[in-house]
Amino acid sequence: MEKELRTEEPRLMKGNEALAEAAIRANIDAYFGYPITPQSEVIEYLMREVPNRKDKKTVVLQAESEVASINMVYGAAGAGARVMTSSSSPGISLMQEGISYIASAQLPCLIVNVVRGGPGLGTIQPSQGDYFQATKGGGHGDYHLIVLAPASVQEMADFVFDAFRLAEKYRNPAMILADGALGQMMEKVVLPPDGGLPKTPAPWATTGKTKDRNHNIITSLFIQPEEMEKVNLQLQKKYEDMQSEVRWEEFQTDDAEVLLVAFGLSARICQKVVDLAREKGIKVGLLRPITLYPFPYKRIAELSEKVEFILDVEMNAGQMVEDVRLAVEGKVPVYFKGRMGGMISTPEEILHEVESILEKQNVLHD
Amino acid sequence: MNEKLLLEDGTELEQVFCRPDTLTDVPYHYCPGCGHSVVHNVLMEVVDELDIQDKTIGVAPVGCSVFAYHYMNIDMQEAAHGRASAVATGIKRVLPDKLVFSYQGDGDLAAIGTAETIHTVNRGENILIVFINNGIYGMTGGQMAPTTLPGMVTSTSPYGRDVHMAGYPLKITELIAQLPGAYYVTRQSVHNPNAVRKLKKAVTKAFEYQMQNKGTCFIEVVSNCPSGWKMTPVETIKYLEEVMFPYYPLGDLKVPKE
Repeated sequence: MEKELRTEEPRLMKGNEALAEAAIRANIDAYFGYPITPQSEVIEYLMREVPNRKDKKTVVLQAESEVASINMVYGAAGAGARVMTSSSSPGISLMQEGISYIASAQLPCLIVNVVRGGPGLGTIQPSQGDYFQATKGGGHGDYHLIVLAPASVQEMADFVFDAFRLAEKYRNPAMILADGALGQMMEKVVLPPDGGLPKTPAPWATTGKTKDRNHNIITSLFIQPEEMEKVNLQLQKKYEDMQSEVRWEEFQTDDAEVLLVAFGLSARICQKVVDLAREKGIKVGLLRPITLYPFPYKRIAELSEKVEFILDVEMNAGQMVEDVRLAVEGKVPVYFKGRMGGMISTPEEILHEVESILEKQNVLHD
Repeated sequence: MNEKLLLEDGTELEQVFCRPDTLTDVPYHYCPGCGHSVVHNVLMEVVDELDIQDKTIGVAPVGCSVFAYHYMNIDMQEAAHGRASAVATGIKRVLPDKLVFSYQGDGDLAAIGTAETIHTVNRGENILIVFINNGIYGMTGGQMAPTTLPGMVTSTSPYGRDVHMAGYPLKITELIAQLPGAYYVTRQSVHNPNAVRKLKKAVTKAFEYQMQNKGTCFIEVVSNCPSGWKMTPVETIKYLEEVMFPYYPLGDLKVPKE
């Protein structure tokens, strides 16, 4: 987001509400969703605010289920609209059928997952347990979403614009993967400019067949295997092109001997760990993937050449750590620290983990 | 239209009838005697006659008519099994000035998509839902549908549908008719020319109501499946008249007070 475009004073907002306000400002044509904790404020905010914006014709509809909402998203996106939905883990699971169809039909849209603890009905407390589902397909078939992982309320708002930009550029569904804490917590946010996201033309959309063109068809059915393979190869080529969009952030990695890798809220906590560790003279750095798909494999591989070991920190049983290990290719040890079920590691806990690994390594070195 | 055709023997003929632009020049893949192609024709003839090709967007189903978009020369979207009315809702909500219809079979609409169907109609979505009920799953090889009649033999009810085990045939159209969002609900068929003409009238009315933003129009077409029923096309007509229509009586279930 261009900083100079921001003219407004900062506001104090909840993550979910900042995201919803950003969606209004991104001129979404439609939102379809179903309430689920901890993200219900998204639909509540839109229902409350949209009717007060005289210049906005946004459709906001509470569907009968997550299954229906994602299929409404499919229909609206196929008709060329800028459209989004939001949900939380169990709801996103219900949407997987539709997401697979949307990916196959190559429709741009935004899906927000404010993750809660699972599996199953789980808990309403924050988690990062949906990393696999978000980045490795989630539904059936070979596909990927563009996945952005915010770490602040500011990014909850900013990434709405980024996600639509990427989704429309690649005609691919994008996901904002935030945990429940980011949805619920209040922070200072400077909102993106209203109407600051130009609409991408969609000549492929079903808007009514005119005399000057053939009929447009939105489908994910390619029954001939040769044709289906062709579509799959085209998708794979697109995912390859998307690799150029990889984004990450680094903190004090220049002289780091220990590298933390964490996304979202875990990365926020790890920033504190970096500070605490450095106060004790331990040179810790942090890499925070911003795009979880595409994943910063290359940069992590480069950094792994310079550090003693890597500690991956997540709020799950260890999901992104598999991608980190793929990047590192066994060059240095990769450890994992995680908590589950809505529990969040404290900076002190993580620092303790760093110290005990160092101790263990020193014993081995001696 | 109105083009002169010159035959080999020099005779000049005036063309007075041809395939409308709303139908693509693609041969139907349907089994001989199946009702799908007739319903496709009726729908597109109405689109042609009302001159709404550039305004109409269809949602194709899963099942035998999954390729409806190959035959109907209008913008169309394919939906996941059961989700057609949700997809149609999405289209209509962002393009309220366009005419949107979904085309769905009995498994699609009355089994896996029951929730979407009921809620779409209950919201009074201003769309047309065309429901083809042949009481069987044709494409997957003739399994039992929610609308399969008691005693009817299918590959998953090989001894005939036992209502104590499998429940009763679902009269989904009767359910739909009760919902306040439903504006026009009718049950038609295509088993003879008279029925086809009646269906065409119903479809025309439904599109006109949609233009007037009246709410959901729902047209059930009780149809046949010669392959699934393991009958000749002629036998299926007899079966329709003698067995299906008594259970699914033809006619209007809900008509607007005009």
